[in-house]
Amino acid sequence: MTTAKRNFIESIWDFFCSLKLALSLLIVLALISIIGTIIPQEPNVPSQYIASIGPTKLSIYKTLGFFHMYHSWWFMSLLGLLTFNIICCSVKRLPRVWKIVAEPTLIMDEGLQKTLQQTFERKMTGEAKEKLRGFLKSEIGEPKVTEQDGATYFFVQKHAWCRFGVYVVHLSIVIIFVGALIGSIFGFKGVMQIPEGMASDTIYSTVTGNPKELPFGLFLDSFSVSFYDTGMPKEYKSILTVVDENGQPVKGYEHIPVIVNKPLTYKGITFYQSNYGQTGEGSTFHFDVAKKGSQDFAHIDAKMGSKTKLPDGSMLEIVDSTEDISSSSSGQFSGPAVLVRVTEAGKSPDQFVVMKNYPEVQQQQQGDIVIHYVGSGTKYYTGLQVAKDPGVWVVWFGCFLMVVGIIMAFFLSHKRVWIRFANGRVVMGGTANKNPAAFEVKFESMVEKLKNL
Amino acid sequence: MSSSMLFNTTTIFYMISMVVFFVYLATKNKGIGLLGSLTAYVGWFIHTTAIILRWKESYDMGVGHAPLTNLYESVVFFAWTIVLIYGIIELKYKYRVIGAFVMPFAVFGMAWAQTRLQSDIEPLVPALQSNWLLYHVITCFLGYAAFAVACGISIMYLIKTRGESGNSDAKAGGVIGLFPPAKVLDDLNYKAIMVGFPLLTLGIVTGAAWANYAWGTYWSWDPKETWSLIVWLIYAAFLHARITRGWVGKRAAWLSIIGFCATIFCYLGVNLLLSGLHSYGAGGNTIFHMLIEKIRHLFS
Repeated sequence: MTTAKRNFIESIWDFFCSLKLALSLLIVLALISIIGTIIPQEPNVPSQYIASIGPTKLSIYKTLGFFHMYHSWWFMSLLGLLTFNIICCSVKRLPRVWKIVAEPTLIMDEGLQKTLQQTFERKMTGEAKEKLRGFLKSEIGEPKVTEQDGATYFFVQKHAWCRFGVYVVHLSIVIIFVGALIGSIFGFKGVMQIPEGMASDTIYSTVTGNPKELPFGLFLDSFSVSFYDTGMPKEYKSILTVVDENGQPVKGYEHIPVIVNKPLTYKGITFYQSNYGQTGEGSTFHFDVAKKGSQDFAHIDAKMGSKTKLPDGSMLEIVDSTEDISSSSSGQFSGPAVLVRVTEAGKSPDQFVVMKNYPEVQQQQQGDIVIHYVGSGTKYYTGLQVAKDPGVWVVWFGCFLMVVGIIMAFFLSHKRVWIRFANGRVVMGGTANKNPAAFEVKFESMVEKLKNL
Repeated sequence: MSSSMLFNTTTIFYMISMVVFFVYLATKNKGIGLLGSLTAYVGWFIHTTAIILRWKESYDMGVGHAPLTNLYESVVFFAWTIVLIYGIIELKYKYRVIGAFVMPFAVFGMAWAQTRLQSDIEPLVPALQSNWLLYHVITCFLGYAAFAVACGISIMYLIKTRGESGNSDAKAGGVIGLFPPAKVLDDLNYKAIMVGFPLLTLGIVTGAAWANYAWGTYWSWDPKETWSLIVWLIYAAFLHARITRGWVGKRAAWLSIIGFCATIFCYLGVNLLLSGLHSYGAGGNTIFHMLIEKIRHLFS
């Protein structure tokens, strides 16, 4: 290899190891992450937004992947580069740190002494060696003793391993990325809906929308929603039973209440209470029907999905229903409502809304029939989020390491103390890699004790 | 006695403390400095009592939960954590004058909460009914508060070194003479961030854990999450900058101030400015659009 070539490779290696690269990446990542908080991200891009930005911007944004920027190739590349940078940095610096920790300098000569933060000298005669050893042991820990050229050297250190804190944090970031990768390869996220009294084993992927069959089913015993007096929702509760391929309940997984913040996990798949709604499927709607002007109401039960014959021969169909119309009527109305289609003999079908709380509204309708909506035996469906993420424990392990590493790196310091004893003179020196002020206090208290030894 | 009365009293104490600190700046009288600190401490104890009382009041109302669940409560708690972190740093490092640059954050928070924000105790919606709420909010806000203190110290640093190149301790007269040396300010800035960074990390981790427990996704690049990451990245850059030549002093102070601006945006900006684009899972109830149209038609 020529020198030029080696220099080139070395400079590339230095580039990937450099702190400058790390700093730039951190700042660049912080800046470009802002984009995705201003531009809406898939799958929550409102059509109004797309209309508002115009076709030119739209095609630019689309090409740059701005609508799913956190998964775009360039964002992923930056994360990859950061990971590579972290690994290179650590590979380069770890051996040096390892040497400091595992092969400490046991002998404090004059040269080292000059570089230390704290030093102290006194005269000492007699059986000093054993005293000094005991002194260091009680103050910091068992010292290493070296005899050389008629002098005795003592060395002791504390929290040496805290020098690895930085690398523990770096490793934790790589582990979190690995966990996220495992989750995205081997896991899935989806949603499922189950009407009351029915079972389902199909979930729809949140990413692709494709259906996926589970090896078991979930049966919804019941769903309920409760409210505070203020009208705020208090609790959404699904009572679920896990059923096997034959539709038989699985022991230990029967009638399990699932609420928000209290999911159900079975065979590594977790189900989270997410939303709910009403399903017309199988429910019965109750009406009072009369001829216009007459008070002679007849009671009618109708089911969604089938036509019901009214006393005068007209046909009634239920198109849609809601338990509360207020959000769809901008607060003008409230309470239950049904969208019905009535076909009177010899006329074209007429479609209109009947509301439980406002029977008079419907009377303004054309046609000869008055329909009052009395109520329904409506059934709920529950909407569940479904997730399987085998990488999540890897991520938590990474998070744990990160916190431990940060504490090691920030709050512990590597303290080292040396003593040289020769010709009746004792020299003590010490240093700490962090928080010199705190070490000074410690060293001074040691000096006081050494004076009286 | 109600908690809201105590919160008002707290606000007044913090205001007095701030004014006294300003007088301290002008007069350099040590007794006045002490008075500023004491007023802040007394205010903080009243504040603590008020938070506990509000907690109890929520139980009396039958909707018992920690008072950390809406904007009002979070702003009040933020002010509490700022004074707490300031108190710890002051007691440890004995630089009273920092109060003049930190108390205004607490005063602003309390005054805003007391005059502008809806202070009713509300019951908890299902999404917030979790113990994770407590761990998440406490760690995040302690972190935010440490960054607020770091920001105040950085502003002092920039004032101290204004017009000078580098970290000069040249004897400046007037108000600035009261400031700790630039080197000390630089170090305190670093120390405050060293406290804030682990707390923010814990805040993000507990938030992720909660999200995973509540809806099965620990990270979904929601604007709030993304902004917390942005804040984390800025302070991570700050910590790495410390060991790079040329990044101590002014640049570090600026990075700390930018970090705190990002923190405030993460805390308030995301909810107040970006919520129009991203609100949590409201989703259009499309199946009833036909109904609305029909009703509109009826009354047109």
